[in-house]
Amino acid sequence: MPLPRLIPCLDVAAGRVVKGVSFVNLRDVGDPVELAQHYSAGGADELVFLDITATPEGAGTMVHVVERVADVLEIPFTVGGGIRSVSDASRIIEAGADRVSLNSAALADPELITEIARRFGSQAVVVAIDAGDEVVYTHGGRVATDIATVPWAVEAAARGAGEILLTSIARDGQRTGFDLELTESVRDAVDIPVIASGGAGSARHVADALRVTDAALVASIVHENPAGLPGLRREIEAFGIVLRALKERT
Amino acid sequence: MSEVVVVDYGAGNTRSVCAALTHLGRTSTVSADPRLIHEAPHVILPGVGSARSAMTHLEETGAATALRERFAADQPLLGICLGMQLALQASEEDGGVKGLGLLEGIVVRLDAPRIPRLGWALVEPWGETFYFAHSFVAESPDVVATSEGLVAAVRRGSFLGVQFHPEKSDAAGLEFLASCLSLA
Repeated sequence: MPLPRLIPCLDVAAGRVVKGVSFVNLRDVGDPVELAQHYSAGGADELVFLDITATPEGAGTMVHVVERVADVLEIPFTVGGGIRSVSDASRIIEAGADRVSLNSAALADPELITEIARRFGSQAVVVAIDAGDEVVYTHGGRVATDIATVPWAVEAAARGAGEILLTSIARDGQRTGFDLELTESVRDAVDIPVIASGGAGSARHVADALRVTDAALVASIVHENPAGLPGLRREIEAFGIVLRALKERT
Repeated sequence: MSEVVVVDYGAGNTRSVCAALTHLGRTSTVSADPRLIHEAPHVILPGVGSARSAMTHLEETGAATALRERFAADQPLLGICLGMQLALQASEEDGGVKGLGLLEGIVVRLDAPRIPRLGWALVEPWGETFYFAHSFVAESPDVVATSEGLVAAVRRGSFLGVQFHPEKSDAAGLEFLASCLSLA
């Protein structure tokens, strides 16, 4: 298996990285390109950008952000939010993203997963699942569906998804640790990589998640102290997790 | 004329390869024009998309013939991921696709715990960690480097092919690309 991955996630609104709780009180925390470069230099293995406004008017703005990021970043990155068609996905991938992340659009039309995978390969399609008490939620975790989490992950994989981004709604923003039970249940049910998300509050939390799955998403823990990423990596390694060896740029 | 032609086969992410080249101070053009493929100091066959549509596009544009001629003339060629796989004789992908046939070997579906194989992995004997994202893998006698027992690089004559993405492999990837270009 490849090495475990530490993946900072950046929420983007109207072309800026923002921070807020449950989509309210959004605060501008910086330029996506500058933060991406900063996290890359700090040892991020990959980045995820989520367009949290995802309005039709905002789509052009996001494509522009993706182009600017692709021009300076030499690590892989995924883009999600507002991708509802193959042509939406094409615009983002042609702008330079490695993968697109689908959430409610995949629930509404699971065939979309297959269509994007056929065109760009499974490695280009992430299905993001916002998991609550046994079922999947939409609308940023506010609206419950009647779709059970594990069967949906299995279906997404069967339809061509190349990775599951699994967020525990209950843990998201709580910084009390990842939902390892949820993560294991999905990991055991699918044979594609699974990214654990929601709840990272310390290096120990991340290390615990990386013992059960392929990758861990981190947000507030790094955004509060962007300069602390190298230290976080060292702490995770001190818990016995081997991350990729960083190399100095020559 | 640009120093590097990044071969366009109608799908995916050529922007990242060009961005990495720009970072290294190299000019690049994305094109399938056979004349440019013949004349460029260096040619990169990048790697995103499906084998069948890529080969169809390369044959239709005349790029496939230009690439075979370039190889026969011993001019440098770098294949990345799918671009490396296309250089072999055939692939199991998409129900079976004939490749460019520059190298011995075929491309088969990966046998790994999780597919696609996504992430950073050590490449030996080079001792460097690069980023991989693949569901298929080469089986070739022209192997020159491996990762977790899988073919990570193949070389024959002027063709070097890598399964990983140097343009997405941070400092190690840039260093690798720089050394490839310095051979041109």
